[in-house]
Amino acid sequence: MASFDVIFLGGGPAGYVGAIRCGQLGLSTLVIEREALGGTCVIWGCIPAKALLEAASIATKVSKAAEFGVNVGDVKLDFGVAMKRSRAVSTQNSKGVEFLFKKYKVTWIKGEGRVVTPAKGKPATSVAVKTAEGKDETHEAKKAIVISTGSRVKGLPQAGLELNKTTVISSDQALILEKAPKSIAIVGAGAVGCEFADVFNAFGSKVTVIEVLPNILPLEDADCSVELTKAFKKRKIDVLTGAKLGNVKVGKDNVSMTVETGGAKQELTVDVVLVAAGRAPNVDTIGAKEAGVQLTERGFIKINEKMETNVKGIYAIGDVAGPPMLAHKGQREGYVLAEQIAGQHPHPVNYGNIPNATYCHPEVASIGLTEQQCKEQKLDYKVGKFLFSNNGRARTSGELEGFVKIIRGAKYGEVLGAHIIGAHATELIHELAVARENEYTVEEIDLAVHAHPTLAEAVAEAALDSMGKMIHA
Amino acid sequence: MATKVVMEALSPTMEEGRLVKWLKNEGDAVKSGEAIAEVETDKAIMELVARADGILRKRVLGEGTAAPVGQLVGVIAGKDENIDALLGGAGAPAAGAAAQPNASAQAAPAEQVVAQSKETTGASSIPRNAAQAQGEASTPPQQKAGAATAPPQAPPPSQPAAGAQPQQGAPTNGGRARSSPLARRLASERGIDLGAMQGSGPGGRIVKRDIEAAASAPAQPVAQRQAAAPRAAGAGDFEDVALTQIRKTIAKRLSESIGPIPTFYLTAEFDLSRTAELRTAMAEMGDEFKVSFNDIVLKGVATALAQHPEVNAHWLGDKIRYHHRVHLGMAVATDDGLIVPVIFDADQKRMSDISREAKELAKRARERKLKPEEYTGSTFSVSNLGMFGIDQFTAIINPPEAGILAIGAIEDKQVVIGGEPQVRKRLRVTMSCDHRVVDGAVGAKFLQTLRRLIENPLMLVY
Repeated sequence: MASFDVIFLGGGPAGYVGAIRCGQLGLSTLVIEREALGGTCVIWGCIPAKALLEAASIATKVSKAAEFGVNVGDVKLDFGVAMKRSRAVSTQNSKGVEFLFKKYKVTWIKGEGRVVTPAKGKPATSVAVKTAEGKDETHEAKKAIVISTGSRVKGLPQAGLELNKTTVISSDQALILEKAPKSIAIVGAGAVGCEFADVFNAFGSKVTVIEVLPNILPLEDADCSVELTKAFKKRKIDVLTGAKLGNVKVGKDNVSMTVETGGAKQELTVDVVLVAAGRAPNVDTIGAKEAGVQLTERGFIKINEKMETNVKGIYAIGDVAGPPMLAHKGQREGYVLAEQIAGQHPHPVNYGNIPNATYCHPEVASIGLTEQQCKEQKLDYKVGKFLFSNNGRARTSGELEGFVKIIRGAKYGEVLGAHIIGAHATELIHELAVARENEYTVEEIDLAVHAHPTLAEAVAEAALDSMGKMIHA
Repeated sequence: MATKVVMEALSPTMEEGRLVKWLKNEGDAVKSGEAIAEVETDKAIMELVARADGILRKRVLGEGTAAPVGQLVGVIAGKDENIDALLGGAGAPAAGAAAQPNASAQAAPAEQVVAQSKETTGASSIPRNAAQAQGEASTPPQQKAGAATAPPQAPPPSQPAAGAQPQQGAPTNGGRARSSPLARRLASERGIDLGAMQGSGPGGRIVKRDIEAAASAPAQPVAQRQAAAPRAAGAGDFEDVALTQIRKTIAKRLSESIGPIPTFYLTAEFDLSRTAELRTAMAEMGDEFKVSFNDIVLKGVATALAQHPEVNAHWLGDKIRYHHRVHLGMAVATDDGLIVPVIFDADQKRMSDISREAKELAKRARERKLKPEEYTGSTFSVSNLGMFGIDQFTAIINPPEAGILAIGAIEDKQVVIGGEPQVRKRLRVTMSCDHRVVDGAVGAKFLQTLRRLIENPLMLVY
């Protein structure tokens, strides 16, 4: 039995960032992670998916290369190679976290941890570990036990789509396919669904996107959803929204189903169904319930603004502590919690200013409120919009899809929300994240001179447009 | 234990006091409650009273010298006690005034405030009773001392662990409050002074939530005046309302613009046809029922004030006092100059009482027979130069009152009524308003009520 200041259950983005920060602040820190450091993000999510999306992007660019005077001859696409590169990137990143653990003296035990139920009324102070080698250990946490066990794909058994790893797969399997399926139906058109639609489309699959809500990317501003739908359809991705699944038959080599949209029914048979909807928090095997940790109605661990659970000594961060299930939200929670445990007074996590990013092509990124939310909240707002087709830099690269949309308060000009769809949208959004965090108004965004020609000029132009002063349109 | 004697805020408007005379020498034994010095405030000569037993070891402030409120004046200590630590802070303002909350951060190993004061002279400003002292004696010295020793707002000198975000203090950067652009816009619209604010953002930066918190600080409602106020003065005779940030900023900005009292003027012309009818009808009933136009106007003003406590108010520098009782001052010209006797509880009096009292007060004013308590304590004043044929004029506010009504001459004038030219008796009144207390619309509403009463004098008996 060893004694640490802080023990993290789970070494994903929330846990590993929290642990590194604890290490930097001089706290003795243990992370228990059963797989590899970096968690879903590094191993099964953000990082490998983005590596595949980059391959998709190159494929799309190459297909247009002749227009730019670059003749590349016959293009051969090999999903297997793209997948292997993606795995290599993932492994490198995980090794990177291992290196940082060593640098900041964070201990990693490969295995599964479990909170040891404390005596009634006493704080939780120890964690039982089953190591990867099968040893049982118990370790003491003097200051805090942090649950950062994340979430997992769960399939849609209620729709007849039980994950079987061959014809009904989750994103986990999609990342390790040897080749792109001939046809694929992607159920759920959130960020994950749209990204895989992009990837498989670029690698030649016949892609059908199925979304139960009226729009793809249903959490984004409707303008972006409409624009992305247009772009997808142009690339021959079938987009079925407001869709109801029925009559699902899962076979050995294919899956057939009936999809009902707007009263019209259609039969669909595909090689593979990718279930890209529904993630469940990992709370079952970690001793949390036994220790009396309260959950929310949706099964997440309930925390207060200091990330404390109802059991003294136990904290929770990241996906397991509730949505938005985003790596950067978990990372910030980990960072803030580490400083808090070290006795500092960090600024709390600003949950109202967390950017969303979807890396399909065109990319979609947003921060703050959608126009719909502004309406629901009866805010007095003005919209500024600038199309990338009017932007010089976008014209040079031929990436003309999309726009920057800024919603500002009518009275004071504060940025209520910003929505970007287009090339590099996920990079461009951060100017607006900084603006919102610092309570800049559209006037300050315009006052900052933007270099020409850049895509970022579109942000400044959208700010100008919201004041009725746009130049390039 | 060594204790500091500091200059106290002896009136809400007092910013400094002049030490007129030391009553004790260095080395004299003093007892708690004993006067040790005389101090001239902006209103009167007061006694500075020791609140600790001991020896007056040091007279820090020389006679005839002024010191700002809160400054060290002297030290009371044991015979051989070392008082160097206390004297080290001499010259710098110490605690004692609410206006200097940070001063108590320089904590000395001694009790902070030890002098209380009581008014001894200055009859000209002696109020009718303690409760009407317009803030002078309303705060017991014990409370003042309590306020002075309240926890400092400034952070303790020793900084917390490295890396901790300073959540308070030092919101300024080169004298300018650090604030977000949005916070500045919100503040300027709501009239909030950023300089007086602590920010909650990084490094004390003022952000939107700080402005919203400041703006939503509860505005004290003006309590409904009771229908029949007791004759005797009581604690419920007025209500002190702390100044909101917007009120502070209005006060500061407008004062800078126009002088100590940022005055504006509202003029209205009333139709006196019905008042004239009333007067004639009453005069026909006999001489004892005769009332003057002035009496009717006084009654009207008193009634209107009862309905508009927001005008029946005093500006007290750090707060506004809304009076629940109407004590109407009436300016009287005498050979010596102007004096303003008071009709107390004027709104509760019948017109005949007001008429009799007004006549009596004017007569005794001219004979210089008014007692001080008869010309202090007014909550609002009226000045009438109509008898001199002045059509309209502006009167100067009698501080700390928030307004004064100037009454001109009644004239027969041609006016258009229902499209037809008619000759009517008309009266012009001009209200001078202290903008720190009374905003334009507030004053206008008061005049609206007054017009209704004067033009329909039967309302006065309702």
